Amino acid sequence: MAETTTNGHAQSVVGTRTVRPDGVDKVTGRARFGADFNLPGQLIGRVLRSPHPHARIVSIDTSKAEALPGVKAVITRADFADQPSEFIPAGEMMMNYKDVVRNVMAREKALYEGHAVAAVAATSAAVARRACKLIDVQYEVLPHVIDAVEAMQPGAPLLHDDLFTVGVEPRPDKPSNVAKKIEIKQGDIEAGFQKADLVIEREFKTAPVHQGYIEPHAALATVSEDGTAEVWCSTQGHFIVRAHCARLLGLDIGKVRVTASEIGGGFGGKTVVYLEPLALALSKKAKRPVKMVMSREEVFKASGPTSGATVRVKMGATKDGKFVAATAELKYQAGAFQGSPVQPGVMCAFAPYDIEHVYVVGYDVVSNRPKVAAYRAPGAPISEYAVESVVDEIAKKLDIDPIDLRMQNAAREGTKAAYGPKFGPIGLEETLNAVKKTEHWNAPLRKWQGRGVASGFWFNIGGETCVSLTVNEDGTVSLVAGTPDIGGLRASLAAVAADELGVPFDKVRPIIGDTGSLGFNFLTGGSRSAFSGSMAIVEAAKQIKADLCARACKMWEAKPEQVEFSDGAVRPLGALAEKAKPMTIADFARVAGKTGGPIGGVGRINAQGAGPSFGTHLVDLEVDPETGRATILRYTVAQDAGRALHPAYVEGQYQGGAVQGIGWALNEEYIYGADGKLQNAGFLDYRMPVASDVPMIDTVLVEVANPKHPYGVRGVGETPIVPPLGAIANAMENATGIRFTELPMSPPKVLKALKEKGLNKA
Amino acid sequence: MARVVLVGNLAQLTGGVTEFELSVTSVKQLFEQLTELYPAIGRHLDDGIAVAIDGQIYQDSLLEPIRPDSEVFLLPQIAGGSTSR
Repeated sequence: MAETTTNGHAQSVVGTRTVRPDGVDKVTGRARFGADFNLPGQLIGRVLRSPHPHARIVSIDTSKAEALPGVKAVITRADFADQPSEFIPAGEMMMNYKDVVRNVMAREKALYEGHAVAAVAATSAAVARRACKLIDVQYEVLPHVIDAVEAMQPGAPLLHDDLFTVGVEPRPDKPSNVAKKIEIKQGDIEAGFQKADLVIEREFKTAPVHQGYIEPHAALATVSEDGTAEVWCSTQGHFIVRAHCARLLGLDIGKVRVTASEIGGGFGGKTVVYLEPLALALSKKAKRPVKMVMSREEVFKASGPTSGATVRVKMGATKDGKFVAATAELKYQAGAFQGSPVQPGVMCAFAPYDIEHVYVVGYDVVSNRPKVAAYRAPGAPISEYAVESVVDEIAKKLDIDPIDLRMQNAAREGTKAAYGPKFGPIGLEETLNAVKKTEHWNAPLRKWQGRGVASGFWFNIGGETCVSLTVNEDGTVSLVAGTPDIGGLRASLAAVAADELGVPFDKVRPIIGDTGSLGFNFLTGGSRSAFSGSMAIVEAAKQIKADLCARACKMWEAKPEQVEFSDGAVRPLGALAEKAKPMTIADFARVAGKTGGPIGGVGRINAQGAGPSFGTHLVDLEVDPETGRATILRYTVAQDAGRALHPAYVEGQYQGGAVQGIGWALNEEYIYGADGKLQNAGFLDYRMPVASDVPMIDTVLVEVANPKHPYGVRGVGETPIVPPLGAIANAMENATGIRFTELPMSPPKVLKALKEKGLNKA
Repeated sequence: MARVVLVGNLAQLTGGVTEFELSVTSVKQLFEQLTELYPAIGRHLDDGIAVAIDGQIYQDSLLEPIRPDSEVFLLPQIAGGSTSR
C-alpha cells in the first residue's frame, strides 16, 4: 500500500495539513467572488420572472421599458434561437439543449414561479427594476402540479405536450409528465423473497431542498464589437459555461473567454447556466458590459434545487440477518424539465450491500418547480435514506446490532454491485469497523436521546482534465488548473506537484486559470477534481523531469541511463557522478534560456479509474418532547478517502456533507402554497443549520488505496451527504420509538407524531 | 470472447437480450458490433453510456482495451465531458 499512496516518492507534503493557498485572501476579504468583478461602463442587469407556476405566455410588450431613460437593452425569448433536442452532461446529470434554452428564458410557457420571461440592462439597479415593471406580459394561467406522485396521475396538468415516457414499451401514444422509466434488475426477485424469514416494506417521502450555497449566482459579461466575449462568474465549471453560452448565443467557442471567480459554495448547483447567457445577450445588444447578481429569493425560486421524492422499499432477510432480496420504487421530481437524479438514485439504492436478488424502478417526473440541478451525490441521499431506514428496522426486528447487520451484508471487493459490475477494492467494512471502535458507539444515552447509524455510497468520476506546471526563472513553480477550487483543489494539487518535483510546498503557486489558458476541463463535480487533477499533475511533472534529464544529458555529454531525477534534482549516476554535480530545478531555471528555453509540462488526460467511496455515519440526538425539536448531540463520520491528499480539507468535506444532511433530515424543505408559489424563499424561513445548531463533527479518515490512482486517491466530496438522512431517522426512532418516514423531521411533524403516540407531556 | 451485459433500459433496444458473447478488443469495437447487431442502440451508445470492464467503470473512453475473458457492463453514464462542448 505504501507505494501506491506515495507514487514512489519519499513523501513529504501529500498527506500533511499545509497552509491553504487561498486562505489569507479569504479571511482578509481580498478573495474575489462572483459579484466582486466590475468593468468600466458596466450596466446592471435584472430578470423579470413569472409570478405564475404554470402559464402560457401570450405576448410580451417591452416598448415602455425600452423607452425608459437609462434602459440600454431588453431581451426576451425572441433573442435566443431555439435549440434542437440534444442531451449533454450537466454535472452528474443529463440535460437537453432544447430545455436549457427554455430554462434560461421561457418560450411558449412559464413553467414555474420565478421562470425568467425577460431581462433588462440599465444604468442602475433602480432603473432596471422600474423597467421590469414596465414590461407587459400577457399570461394565460394554467393549472399547476408540484408533487411527483400527483404529476404522474392521469388528468394531472401536463407541462409538455411533446413529452412521451422513455423506457416504456410500447412507446406511449399520449404525452405525460413522466419523462423516463428506469429499471435495474438482477436475480429472481420472487425466489429471493421466498427465502426471507422477515420482509419489511415501507414508503418514504423526502421534501425538495436547495443546495443552499451562501454566494448567489453572479455574472459579468462583455461582448466586443469584433464578436469576442468575456464572462466572469461563480461556477463549478467555466469551460462548461463557455460551451453553453457559445451554443446559446451562436458564438465560436474560441471567441468566448470565461473566468471562474472564487466560489462561495456550489454543491452541484453551479454546474448549469442561468445568468451568464442573459448577461452576454444583454451586453451584445447594449454594447456595454452587463453585471447580474441574483437575490436570495431568486436563488431559491429560479436556481437548481434537488428533487422531492417518494420512495417505496421492500427488503427480505433470513432470521440470521442475511439480506436475500430487495426492491425499490423511486419517483423523483425533475422540476420543469426532464432530468432528475433518479438514475443514480436507482443505481445507488442498494449499492452498499451484497444482495443476490434486486429490482429497482425509477421515474423521472416533471412538475412546476425550477429544473433540478445536481446536489452532492445527486439522487443517492434520497434512495439510500429509505434503504438505510429499512435496514435499521430489520436489525431491530431480528435483534441484531445494526453495525453487525451491515457488516454481514456489506459489499466487498468482488461483490457484484446491484447496478451490475463487481467492485474492486472498497472500504465499507473498514468504515463500519472504524465507527464501532469509537468511544462514541458505546457512550451512554439518556431518556429522549437516540443513536443512529447508516452507511452510504457514491460512484465518483474522473473525466477530461488539463493542468500546467511552469518552472519560473527562480525555480518556483506556477501551477494552473482548470477546475474551480471548491473544497481544497489548489492545496491538494500543490502538494502533489511539490512531491513530484521535489520542491517545497510554498514554492508552488496554484491558481485556477481561465478558459483561454488551458485545454478543456470538465467541471468540478462528481468528486473528481482532486482525483483527476492530481493524475494530470503527475503527467505534467513527468514531462518536466524528462525534459530536465534530457538537458542534463546534453550539458554533461551523458547518455540517458547515466542520469536520474530524484528528490528535486537531476543526478549523475555511476562514473558520471565524479565529474558532474546534481542540478536542482532552481539550477535548471537559471540556465533555462541557454539550455532550450522555458521549462514546463502540461497534463492532458481523460482520467479513468475513479474509485467509489463508502462512508458510515453515527449520530446522537435528543428530542424535546414539548416542542418536537431534535438537537444533534454528537456526530461521527468515517469514510474511505483512498488517500487524503490534504487531510484537513478531506475532513472539511466530511463535516460539510454531514451538516448539509442534518439540514435535509431535520428542517429544510421547499414549502409551496396551494397557488403553487414558494412560501419560504429566504434563509429566515428556509431553515438551514448554522454553526450553533451542530456539534463538532468528528471524523475518521479511512484509507483503502484506489489502485488506479498513483497516490491511491478516491473522490471524497459527495459520499458524506448520503448517510446522514438515514442515520438521523434511525436515531429519531431510537429516541422516540417512532419510525419517521417523511423528511424533514421538523418540530411540528415530530410533535404531532409524539402526540399521536401519547408521548407528549406538554 | 468477452461477456457483455446490458444494464437498465438498454435491453429494450435489443429485444430484451441482456447478455452477449462478443469478440472485441476495445470499447470502440464493442460499440460497433452492438450497433451492427442492433442499429437502434447506436445513438444511445454515443450518448450517455458508461462501460465497466472487469469492475472498473469508464465514463467516456472509446479506446479502452477489452480482453477476451473480460466481463463488460454497459450502464448509464454518471457524467462525462466530451459531448458538452
